[in-house]
This record gives sequence, C-alpha cells and structure tokens, in this order.
Amino acid sequence: MTEITVRVDNKHYHDVKEAVLENINLSLRKDEIVAIVGPSGAGKSTLLNIIGELDTQFDGELTFGANGHEKTIGYMFQSPRLMPWLTVKDNIRLVLKKSDNADINALLKTVGLEGQGQLFPLQLSGGMQRRVALARAFVNHPSILLLDEPFVSLDKPTADRLRMQLLELWKNERPAVMYVTHDLREALSMADRILFLSTEPGTVILEQKITLPRPRTMEDQGVTDLYNELTNRFPDLLAGIV
Amino acid sequence: MTATKSGSWTRTVSLIAFMLLWQLAAMAVNDAILPSPVVVFKNLWIHLTKHDLLLHLGITLYRVAVAFIIAMAVGTLIGLLMGQWRGVDATLDSLLVLALNIPALVTIILCYIWFGLTEVAAILAVAINKIPTVVVTIREGARAVDRELLQVAQAFRLKPLKTLRQIYLPQLYPYLMASARSGLALIWKIVLVVELLGRSNGVGFQLGTFFQFFDIVGILVYTIAFASIILVIEAVLMRPLDRYISRWRT
Repeated sequence: MTEITVRVDNKHYHDVKEAVLENINLSLRKDEIVAIVGPSGAGKSTLLNIIGELDTQFDGELTFGANGHEKTIGYMFQSPRLMPWLTVKDNIRLVLKKSDNADINALLKTVGLEGQGQLFPLQLSGGMQRRVALARAFVNHPSILLLDEPFVSLDKPTADRLRMQLLELWKNERPAVMYVTHDLREALSMADRILFLSTEPGTVILEQKITLPRPRTMEDQGVTDLYNELTNRFPDLLAGIV
Repeated sequence: MTATKSGSWTRTVSLIAFMLLWQLAAMAVNDAILPSPVVVFKNLWIHLTKHDLLLHLGITLYRVAVAFIIAMAVGTLIGLLMGQWRGVDATLDSLLVLALNIPALVTIILCYIWFGLTEVAAILAVAINKIPTVVVTIREGARAVDRELLQVAQAFRLKPLKTLRQIYLPQLYPYLMASARSGLALIWKIVLVVELLGRSNGVGFQLGTFFQFFDIVGILVYTIAFASIILVIEAVLMRPLDRYISRWRT
C-alpha cells in the first residue's frame, strides 16, 4: 500500500536563486524502509521537511495514502529536540494523540529507559535523549516515520544499539520509513531501498534495491560487499558521500 | 534542598548584619537625624496599633497590584507582537525608545493634568511607566523562542493551544519572571511618587506628610513596613515560583 507519493519539480528558498531540489518523484510504501543518501547540502532534510509538511513552499505535489485512511506521522530530527522543561514521560505524552499512558511505559521499556520517565532531558546522556526521541516518534503508532539522520554524532556502539531498537520497534507495525543519512554503510544496513541524491540541486540519480536478509549490521559481509560494489561501480557518484 | 536552606540562612544573616550596622551607625551619630532600628521598630508597633499604617499600606498595595497587572498584561502582549513580527517591531520600535526615556515624573504630571487627580490617572501613570520595560524584556524572550522546538509541534501536528501552553510559553517563563520581579520593585517606587503628588492616602502621601513635619522616624517606619512586604512577596511567591519553573535546570 502506498503511503506517500511526492513530486518536487522545483524547490528553492525565497532569497536564493538556485534550486535546492529538482525533478524528484518518489513514493513510499508500507512495510519498507527507504534510505535517502546524499552529500551534505543535497537537500535531504529539505526533502524530509516537504514530506513531513513542515515546508509547504515548493512546486510539486504531495499525496498521502489511499483515500480515507488516516495518516499518522512520527518524526525524528538530527538533534533530539526534547522540551527541556518536560520530563521524559511528559515529552512523549506531549505528542500523544489519544491519552493512553499505558503505551508510554511499554515504549520506555523497549528503548531501555524503564523507570526513568520522571527525569528531565538535561539529566540524560545524548544517547538516552535520542532514545526518548525514538520513543516519541513511535508513540502514536505512525503509518509514516520520517528520520533525519537520527543517530548522527553518537559514538558507534550507541548508534548501533539505537538502530537495533529502531528496527525492533519498526517490526511490530512496519510503517513506511524514510531514513535520511549521509552514511552509505548505515543506509545499507537499514534500508530495503536506497535513493541517492546528487549535490545541489538535489535529484535522485540512482535507486538501489537491497535484498540482504535482516537483521544485518554495518559489518556484515553482505553489506561490505554491496558497499564495495557500489563504490566501485559509481566512484564519482558516491565520492562526496562516504 | 540543602542549597535553598543555606541560601535562606545567608539571607537572614545579611539582614541581621545590616540591622547591626545601622544600630552602630545610629549610636555613633547619636542624633535625631538617624534614629536607631530599635526606635524605628518601637514606632512601627505604635503606627500599626494606634495609627492608620495598615490602611495606607493596603491602599498602596492595591495600587501596586492593579498597576502591576495592567503593565504586565499590556507589556507582554506588545512585547510578544514585536518579538514575533518584524513589521510590528519596526513600527513600534522608535515609540518604545521614546517611552523608555520619558521621565516617570513627566508621565505622572501629564496624567494628572489630563485626567484629573483621580485613582485612574494615578494607576495609569504607574502602568505607563512600567510597560516599556516589560515590552523590552518580553520582546527579547519572544525572539529567543527556539524555532526547532516549534517545528516538533508542527511535525507531530499538535493543536495550537497545546503548542502555546507547552512549548511556547515555557520558553517565555524566565523572561516573564525577570520582568515581574524587577517590575514589582519599580512599580512600588513610582506608586509612592504618584501618591505624593496627587493622592490623599497611601504610603507616598504619608511620607509627604512626615517630610513636612520632619518626622524621620515616621518615614523609616513606613519604608520598613513596605519593604518588608515586598521581601515577603519575594520569599513566599516569586522565589518559589522561580524555583518551580526552572526545576528542570540541573
């Protein structure tokens, strides 16, 4: 089932002449994780903002799902973006659609924050703050999950653990996921499909399906082989990415 | 908890030290021009029990409260608008600078001339004096509101009222607190001037009378009485509120 179809003919910021995005046409289905890979400045976050309706100033069209079925969006930003004046629990409760607190405790348990709901974000480590943001993204059982380099600038073991937790949560209801990253290995370990974005103006220059079995890690032989194959076949294309 | 306890201990000690210093200075000067705290507190009791100290205090407090509420409400509204929209800011900015620099005395005199020696004129004059400083502080607060956090509200489709109450306003609390605390101090000073110039009751009016009779003890009695009330408001209202609002800061 198609959750999102987006067509961006042209997107530029009002004070800049050059387009940030151009000729983009993509769709996202339920059950799949699509990674958007591209160098910094390729407009990856802009694309995600458009899909998340945070940015409506573009030429093109955004269509959600089949008729009549309700969409729910979960979002994770590059930084955790928690409200520092709200406790962990209240941060999650803040975005809750139906006031059902039972979910929050279960969710905190899944992300390994059991019993820490009363703490304030400033009392948590960076990794723990991301886990709260992860729980927040899942609390409404989203049909669409938008992730903007959610685990950037974390140490590798922490990032690995968070990716596992993300997949763990995703497995239950398998929402459509759009995962923005500049790390090809990360994309290969997470996604069913990778869309490569060019530098500005960003447009999709390559689409790669990944059929490697799950669960996989960034160190798996299959991931490494595919990584090498892609970097050999398209050295120019991926030069700016790694 | 220990931090606040030792904090209140330090406050008490510094108050006592001030009293001692005053007592010593009075003993050294040994003249009616500087009455000792013992004399002042003795008279404070007499004014409380035998004269109208409470009445005048009550009237002044009432004026302070009304002027405070008006100044905070109007100042916050204008400050938010100016901080939020550049057009509003550009339109009102030079007026704001003007308002900040008009002497309190001018506003008071003009209000009395234009609106008569009335309660409304008195309170209006006080409020007008405070509004510009509230505007400046709140405008700063509105400008400092984190757009990234507001984007979270947008991403999760929060209702406007929820966004306002849980994301926007909490970011303004420190600024509201700051202007409330400095506002209280400023407003009661101006209220006294207003009472001195055009009212026939209140602390300011009484101070004027004491001045005419050169009653230094009376002046100090009223000063101490009112300052204590402000101290109490700070201690039981402002500081706990401030602590509660910033409890998330570790």
